[in-house]
Amino acid sequence: MTFTPKIGVYVCHCGINIAATVDVKAVTEFSAELPGVVVARDYTYMCSDPGQALIKKDILEQGLNRVVVASCSPRMHEPTFRAAVLDAGLNPYCFEMANIREQCSWVHPNEPATTLKAMQLVESSVAKAAHLTPLEVRQVPVTPAALVIGGGMAGLQSALDIAEAGFQVTLVERSDRLGGQAAQLHRTYPSLQPVSEMLGPLVEQVANHPHIQVMTEAQVVGVSGYVGNFRVQVRQGEAETTISAGAIIVATGFEVFDAHKRPELGYGFYPQVITTLDFERLAASGQIGPNGHQPSRVAFIQCVGSRDRVVGNSYCSRVCCMVTARQAHLVQQLLPQAQVNVFYMDVRAYGNGFEEFYDTVRESGVIYRRGNPSEILRRGDHVVVKAEDTLLGELVEVDADLVVLAVGMMPRLDASDTAGLLKLSRSSDGFFLEAHPKLRPVDTAVAGVYLAGCCQGPKDIAETITQARAAASAAMIPLMRGQVQVEAATSFIDEDLCAGCGQCAEVCAFTALSLHPVRGIMTVNPVLCQGCGACSVACPSGAINVHHFTFEQFMAQIGALVGELELPVALPNEELVPVSG
Amino acid sequence: MLQIESRQFSHEHGLFACIQCGKCTGGCPMALKTKLNPRMLIYRLLVSGNGFNLEGREELWDCTTCSTCYSRCPKQVNPMEAVIALRSAIVEKGRVHPNVKTALESTFRHGNPLTMPREDRAKWAEDLDVKRMADGADYLYFVGCSPSYDPRVQHVARAIVRLFQQGGVDFGILAEEESCCGSEVRRLGEAGLFEMIAEENQELFKGVGAGKLFTTSPHCFNTFKNDYPSNGLQVQHYTQVLAGLVEQRALEFRDKVEKTVTYHDPCYLGKHNNVFDEPRDVLRGIPGVKLVEMDRSREKSLCCEGGGGRMWLEGTNPGMRLAQWRVQEALDTGAEILATACPFCLLTLDEAVKHLNAQDRLRVMDIAEIAVQAL
Repeated sequence: MTFTPKIGVYVCHCGINIAATVDVKAVTEFSAELPGVVVARDYTYMCSDPGQALIKKDILEQGLNRVVVASCSPRMHEPTFRAAVLDAGLNPYCFEMANIREQCSWVHPNEPATTLKAMQLVESSVAKAAHLTPLEVRQVPVTPAALVIGGGMAGLQSALDIAEAGFQVTLVERSDRLGGQAAQLHRTYPSLQPVSEMLGPLVEQVANHPHIQVMTEAQVVGVSGYVGNFRVQVRQGEAETTISAGAIIVATGFEVFDAHKRPELGYGFYPQVITTLDFERLAASGQIGPNGHQPSRVAFIQCVGSRDRVVGNSYCSRVCCMVTARQAHLVQQLLPQAQVNVFYMDVRAYGNGFEEFYDTVRESGVIYRRGNPSEILRRGDHVVVKAEDTLLGELVEVDADLVVLAVGMMPRLDASDTAGLLKLSRSSDGFFLEAHPKLRPVDTAVAGVYLAGCCQGPKDIAETITQARAAASAAMIPLMRGQVQVEAATSFIDEDLCAGCGQCAEVCAFTALSLHPVRGIMTVNPVLCQGCGACSVACPSGAINVHHFTFEQFMAQIGALVGELELPVALPNEELVPVSG
Repeated sequence: MLQIESRQFSHEHGLFACIQCGKCTGGCPMALKTKLNPRMLIYRLLVSGNGFNLEGREELWDCTTCSTCYSRCPKQVNPMEAVIALRSAIVEKGRVHPNVKTALESTFRHGNPLTMPREDRAKWAEDLDVKRMADGADYLYFVGCSPSYDPRVQHVARAIVRLFQQGGVDFGILAEEESCCGSEVRRLGEAGLFEMIAEENQELFKGVGAGKLFTTSPHCFNTFKNDYPSNGLQVQHYTQVLAGLVEQRALEFRDKVEKTVTYHDPCYLGKHNNVFDEPRDVLRGIPGVKLVEMDRSREKSLCCEGGGGRMWLEGTNPGMRLAQWRVQEALDTGAEILATACPFCLLTLDEAVKHLNAQDRLRVMDIAEIAVQAL
């Protein structure tokens, strides 16, 4: 029996997003006349419940076997409509979308040609829809385990949460101990709690957890697989092991800005000039003073290596304002007679209790001077900080026995290696990029890989823990579900045409193609294949097609665009001529 | 009224990026003693609506164009270039200081700002066997105005010739054909004259087939390298070529110079172009030289106050000349020689030594002059 397409077309107004520039009624009327179309309707919001109900009703009552929705980008609502048609008993791959918003109404003026383009896009989608075939969506079981890269605060907390939920966790740490950069910190702000009081128990819990395997002095050297079933190569000394994991959390942390890159501040030349991290060590030892001498004049300098385009760090490091406030406060407490100056550009006290803490610090006697020092010079046995007090509009020279540079946070120097291994994107500042800055803050563009902590951008401890716990929750979604859907739109081989040359395998980023050892042709591992289509393009004999994007479907789509198209609307001038074959 | 459209000006010079941190002013060597405040100047330009009055802004002539402001700015704003552009706006209206007028006219007429006759330009080299570039050579030696005419700086040019001849470098000079590079003209705000000079010089260089060029002065070096349109010409300061000769042992020092030397980084070599190491490499290569550093060295080097047209201007300058501070700093190191590699620095520092009556303790010398003693 030959297949007869019965296509329904649904044109969306998207409020006025589409309707303001596209004549939606005209597009609907035009669609109704297209070959195979049995019904065409328009509606204010197709994605709304009533809109979806229209589609479902027609499928059931009119026996539609293919559905086209003309609305927004498939990235936006293809999952919505696929679910809707499935709900009415239709295979989700029998659905096709025409993007008349991002690719039409949003980018063109309110002119007849815009409506014409919308019609062409719909016609093209209808032509493809007639050639769509149902595809089977398969589920594969998930490895109920996670791998966490990085044993700092973020990695520790993520690992602990996932392990507490009952899953096996492997924690890979490059150095010989757990704790990361937080281990170097003295106290938190604004609560002034010793960091060791929080970090110690966390490290202990992770180290002793029955579900967590800690690998120190270990390094991830290879990652293959996909969400639910990653295979991670970990090198530990000479030995290399393969770890299976359903999800991966990247918590590789940050690098501290190297103050030598601003030589005018004299770090490394003057013993009186130290960084905030150096100060933490002094604070922990109880001796504020670089060589045992108690300083009577202490200057803090903000934004060293942050908000600085010249050194390549345009961003604010977020923590330095409060770190400096805490350290200045400590100096003033331990040495009440000391003169403490904080040089700043802006004080960013945005968090819970931060502004109140900043009040406390000033009230303790610390002087905040607006102006970022330009240089530090030697003067006798001490140094002099040269700055403009911008509120006075005067150049000032402030003598100091101790200068603390508030060094910012940077992406790790090996961030590009990690990004390469996991195919992670990086933002312009070099940190790893989340999938969406607001809606998907812990996901990455790679399914099953999540971000926690400062590898994604500067954060303080509270923010790090928040993100670590969020990443753990996100990672547990596939783990708890136990199964992941595998993309059905994968490539397939025409065995009569394939010569087994292997060019497809060379371009495949997912190692999904291999040569059949006996038959001499290529085979596709449909679980690894992501349907990108690179192999299809590379194949010299046209032997590889991608389900849902077959040559036949594409040709039908292109044919509809370049074929004869009657002008249903009047054009404003002669320059706009419709494409014709 | 000397009014400029400050809004457009601020856009053109990227001043809207300024966050008023004050690093420019904090590092500005003139801000300590004059009314010049780069940060506040930018702020005033930004908040002046669209009309900024340049009348009475005498401090614009205080800037030495040392580029400390630009090198410190975290937002890559360049206050120095803004000051030069504001000077241009003043000059465009014909408001030029008499001294400056003479210098500019002399540059236009005689090819040098020193009111010296063009035909005397190569007199310094009469007794030296120096090739003419027109006869073909690997390098063009662009001598510059002060080294051509100023008796003190002529020593430097002569020393460079001897060193490079000894080192087997094939170079030629333009002699009477040579004209001012235009660096100071540009920084005095005469943008039109500068453009003319740049065009003529490029024609001249092309005509003699120059592919590689070195200069006596960091100012000429900088302007060829950064102000002229890029044209494939390889531009170096002589210390860079000399450092190569020393490193490759093409130049052998037979004698010793048993002196303690401290080196003053010229702004146009260091801060402007990051040439910090080559001059020091040459000094370290001279047998007997003990190199000591001043606290303010390399990126922190204190300007001598000779740049930005300041050889012709007093500005509002009430305080002690920066060169005198600098000489004091050199004296504090215990050095016997204050070395530099710039004609302007040489002249200003020399004068400062005399001013401080320190001739018996400290000698100001160009690196070439020290090196030539060891041949």
